[in-house]
Amino acid sequence: MEGKPLLKVERLTKHFGGVVAVHDVSFELRAGEFVGIIGPNGSGKTTLVNLITGFVKPDSGDVFYRGKEITGKMPYTIAGHGIARTFQMVRLFHSLPAFKNVVIPLCSPRVKKLRGGKYGERDDVAIDLLHDMGFERDSFVPYKMAGSLPHGYLKRLDLVRAIALRPDLLILDELFSGMAMSEVASTLSMIEKFSESGLTVLMVEHRLKELFRVANRVIVLNFGQKIAEGFPKEVMEGEAVKNAYLGTAEEG
Amino acid sequence: MAEEKITYRRERIDRGIKARADTIFVISSYRDILYLLLPRVLPVVALLVLPLILPYYWSKVFTHTCMIALLALSWDLLASIGLVSFGQAALFGAGAYISGALNHYFHLPYGLAILIGIFGGATLGSLLLSPVVRLKGVYFAIFTLILSLLSPRIIESTDILGGSHGLAPIALFGSDLVATYVAVGAVLVCLFGFRRLIDEDYGAVMRAIRDDDRAVMSAGINIYWRKIQALFIASAVGSFAGAFTTHHFGFVGMTVFSLDYSILPLASAVLGGAGTFAGALTGAMILVPLSESLRAVGGLRIVCYCIILIAAVVYLPEGIFHYIARKYHQFERVVKV
Repeated sequence: MEGKPLLKVERLTKHFGGVVAVHDVSFELRAGEFVGIIGPNGSGKTTLVNLITGFVKPDSGDVFYRGKEITGKMPYTIAGHGIARTFQMVRLFHSLPAFKNVVIPLCSPRVKKLRGGKYGERDDVAIDLLHDMGFERDSFVPYKMAGSLPHGYLKRLDLVRAIALRPDLLILDELFSGMAMSEVASTLSMIEKFSESGLTVLMVEHRLKELFRVANRVIVLNFGQKIAEGFPKEVMEGEAVKNAYLGTAEEG
Repeated sequence: MAEEKITYRRERIDRGIKARADTIFVISSYRDILYLLLPRVLPVVALLVLPLILPYYWSKVFTHTCMIALLALSWDLLASIGLVSFGQAALFGAGAYISGALNHYFHLPYGLAILIGIFGGATLGSLLLSPVVRLKGVYFAIFTLILSLLSPRIIESTDILGGSHGLAPIALFGSDLVATYVAVGAVLVCLFGFRRLIDEDYGAVMRAIRDDDRAVMSAGINIYWRKIQALFIASAVGSFAGAFTTHHFGFVGMTVFSLDYSILPLASAVLGGAGTFAGALTGAMILVPLSESLRAVGGLRIVCYCIILIAAVVYLPEGIFHYIARKYHQFERVVKV
């Protein structure tokens, strides 16, 4: 693909005390790409996501988004530029109804600028978005308190909340963990649809089979370092990756 | 099957008057309209009639109750965005001293002095607390407590603003009845204003920040700016209560920073039920008159007061208002099992 990269991560490093969480990681994302990040537990995937989205400040290194430096900016500023994320551990507004959870990003300056919109209308937009993700409009599900929904729904609600921000780059942090197989399939096809309509996706995932079906490119982390990058098939055949990752895994 | 044992149990059913959201109702009869209006209209009418029928002493207590209610409402607003305040007295005192000093030194009419007191107190409160909006829970609470404890010591040791003697004379309200109605009006405006605010999307964002501030940040909203806005509104209300009290008593002294003004609003909100504003008002309407009527008991007043408070917290932890609201929205009937 041609043109400037959408996201450019340069020599990003973060230590927590003596623990190296992310060490000297660089990569680029081009608009419209679907890139996966994989690696064993504790290899720094979530920290990398937190570094890009501003929840953790890097020790050194830079993050550029559309050529502009966003390193160490506040998370809401970075989100305002159009980088939306989901959380590995569900973080929801449990005392709000499910659809109000989606209204929150609709209240952000970014979405206000993109679509205008008055009070009342936002509820309808939120319910439409949820309906497309399997929270049927005419059921009770979108109106229930988020705290009372089952885990799989919460994960999808998190995804809808990220989509509601109208992002250009969507970062998914282990979205499928704890989801039922049927949910994974339907959610994956939704994400594919977003990707086909031009959304850039960066996906941290443990479920390799699903990830390899959709990803154009895969980045492999181990002990905070990037050990491989490339097409899913090629990467998995590399010796370093086999040792670090698949050597201990049952399935592949 | 020797003998058939019949057991009964209570069945509770929610009245099916709510549609889709908490703020949309299905109304099919005048009874439904009454059902919705009564709990809203009756307390308002009671608040408006009380000043006319209360004897002098109790009308003073009533006005004081309104001020504590305002502080409790302001506490509840801060709690809705996840800021727990132990120092409502600081906001109260800011308004009281600004308004009192303007009237005492510069002879501003009390209306103007109160107005400046509100905005001055709101600005001061949000400025002083804005550096600590990143603190959560008990850490923020401790800072507010320290602020309310520190302020009187500054006034005492530097001898500014009348020092430990306080400022007097300060202009009194022309008419007690008018003053009482101003107090009631302020409580009602705050109550319904805050309830409206929290039901709007603006309030949804506030509650979202309380639930999970990181998730709100990732939704592209500057949570610190939102918290400062909430601090401004809450400080304005607290400062009004202080400024009003100053002109109600014609005096302002270090007592405006006393712990009463921090603890009573907090206790009111907890007793009444936090998060609804109506609960904070209910709590204040119970606690303050109760504390006054216990004066007859003499030295054991505080002990009695505490026992009642502890009993309420233990047996009704959700708060009086939540309990009443729940019962009001439910049918109860006995069914055969």
